[in-house]
Amino acid sequence: MKEKIDAPILTGSITVPKIEENASRNQRCHHASEDHMVRLGFPGTKPVDWNKKALKRMRELLKRNRSLRLYLDICVRCGSCADKCHYFLGTGDPKNIPVARQELLRKVYKRYFTIEGKILGGLTNAEDLTEEVLDEWYTYFHQCSQCRRCSVFCPYGIDTAEISMAAREIMDSIGVGQKYCNEVLGKVYDIGNNLGMSGPALRNTLDFFEEDIKETTGVDVKFPLDVKGAEILLVSPSADFFASPHVDSLVGYAKVFHKAGISWTFSSYASEFANFGMFIGSYSIMKRVATRILDEARRLKVKRIVVGECGHAWRVGYSFWNTLIGPFDFVDTRYPVPQHICEFTLDLIKRGAIRLDKSANDEFTVTYHDSCNVARATRMGNKDGGQFEIPRALIREACNKFVEMPKNVNREKTFCCGGGGGLLTEELMDLRVKGTLPKAQALKNLMESRQVNLMVMICAVCKAHFTGVLPHYGIPMETVGGIHQLIGRAIVL
Amino acid sequence: MINILVYIVGAIFILGFIYKTWIWGKSAVPLRIVGTPGPKTFPGVILRIMGEVFLFKSLFRGNKLLWLGGWIFHIAFLFIILRHLRYFFYPVPIWIIELQIVGIYAGYIILIPLVYLLLRRWVVDRNRYISTPMDYITLFLIIVIAFTGILMKEYIRVDLVDVKAFILGLLTLQPSIKPQSVLFLIHFLSVLLLIVYFPFSKLMHAGGIFFSPTRNQRDNAREIRHVNHWNNIIN
Repeated sequence: MKEKIDAPILTGSITVPKIEENASRNQRCHHASEDHMVRLGFPGTKPVDWNKKALKRMRELLKRNRSLRLYLDICVRCGSCADKCHYFLGTGDPKNIPVARQELLRKVYKRYFTIEGKILGGLTNAEDLTEEVLDEWYTYFHQCSQCRRCSVFCPYGIDTAEISMAAREIMDSIGVGQKYCNEVLGKVYDIGNNLGMSGPALRNTLDFFEEDIKETTGVDVKFPLDVKGAEILLVSPSADFFASPHVDSLVGYAKVFHKAGISWTFSSYASEFANFGMFIGSYSIMKRVATRILDEARRLKVKRIVVGECGHAWRVGYSFWNTLIGPFDFVDTRYPVPQHICEFTLDLIKRGAIRLDKSANDEFTVTYHDSCNVARATRMGNKDGGQFEIPRALIREACNKFVEMPKNVNREKTFCCGGGGGLLTEELMDLRVKGTLPKAQALKNLMESRQVNLMVMICAVCKAHFTGVLPHYGIPMETVGGIHQLIGRAIVL
Repeated sequence: MINILVYIVGAIFILGFIYKTWIWGKSAVPLRIVGTPGPKTFPGVILRIMGEVFLFKSLFRGNKLLWLGGWIFHIAFLFIILRHLRYFFYPVPIWIIELQIVGIYAGYIILIPLVYLLLRRWVVDRNRYISTPMDYITLFLIIVIAFTGILMKEYIRVDLVDVKAFILGLLTLQPSIKPQSVLFLIHFLSVLLLIVYFPFSKLMHAGGIFFSPTRNQRDNAREIRHVNHWNNIIN
């Protein structure tokens, strides 16, 4: 069934809607099939005693994650987060208010795990875990992109992402999984990347890029694959291999390595930086997906691991890898693991190892979209706020005309593109379009007032999502680009 | 009767508070989930948390009017509590005496943010949606406490000698007779109710903020390995 896409009209300013109950209630993503579930070690179907099993899983998670219990305990429902979620701003559905989303899990927590809820019951909003509640969980915990914007404004730093990850994990444990993420993870298990692209197919694609660059520039820029003993293992989101505008950044990476004269390689076994294990809240799956990269780095005996433009994966890499699969004592310890391609390239520019010709990008007036995971869950470089400054420094090196987004949608206050957190799936298109509203308003404003015609970003999900969604707002998909796309155009070969 | 109640409430509060923080403290923190930009050093973490505790910095970013209301409410509450210490000491330390005036004013001022906090839950549709009955009841209870306090202070005076003897009696485990004022009893029992509800409710945000991983962690995941103690049982 094809849902009607109903894109709001852009006015250039962000307003808070009146609440409209159940406005996005029918935006529900497809369930994972039995095969997809079993492949990941989850039950294939929902057991008869699912209720008991869900509560058991919840009890385990409460012990394992302080954040979960604490954040369920201490929210005062002050409402500071109430007008901060892009899905609420876009849909007006009150269950997309961060605290209301948390409340879906909290009311069950109260009912079964707290004295307050057991004694005072409905006065505290405590509620039994029924089919109906489970259905709400499935709907609204898959309308959270885990972008952490609400957390920025919360007096206690309550992070709805932690809650929605836990809820998804509980649902997976009773056979109620989401198709998009779980299917993708199965492909990583079986083939090594989200696309399910085999080694030979990957080699073919890379050959094509080599020929293409040779044709347009006359330079032999190589895309090495599975080269043992290379200095650097480059792991990028697999979308970089085929999607547009992702490939343009991939070409940018290769040109940077070429000019820097450092030996590097892709891997066909670890051909995916993305790690959807985070989206579904599964520590063990996240670890297993990350381990592929560790194993490959050891096998290929590389000295450094550099990673491509990907937001959530940068969070997994920057914040979680060291815990999950560290310590990285077998690589060159002078470099951080992982090192972001932006850190890598800016360093080369500063040392004069590569040179850029800004005028190559003169046709663009560029703005930068801070991707949520990069902005609010990671850093780059050694300085505070490096996750903001390093990408911006690169953009300024690569073009003449750069315009900042307005403060309320920029840096740590950035809005999610609208497709993060495992929601980048067709059946949620209407929700995704609406979730893009705040950022689209800001972009539209810049396009009209400052003639911006390119918004660059360093996230594969953002790129794919915006390219699909912005046309619904009358903004051409060519407005979306990557930072290394700019670099690739400007680099003097 | 009321004497025993006070001891029970006191015990529940202290044990409940300790129990809750102990549960938080012993539950694992598997990953670095600090909200960035975040501090890289421990002093930086202290600064961040103090900024939240004393200045409500994140709330300031989120909602200026609510910040003002919330901040005035908490500061006024603090001064009111400090002022009440005069009933717990004999002789009364000089600094508590000096706080008397501020404390009295705070007693009046606190009604403004309280009414605001209550009204905003009603008036703004999204706040009404997210409010539970206990959110209103808690605010209402504090309003009753503040209101009866003001009444006793200014209009229907109670015998403070009785009150002080009663409190000191409780503290020294030599319970004396309770004051006869009905107003005092309402005030006092409301406070007991608030205290006994504290450890089981959202009021624990007071202790919880210190445990919040997005605020109390350092941003140093690449440099220093954060160890998850159950990492190795997961394969």
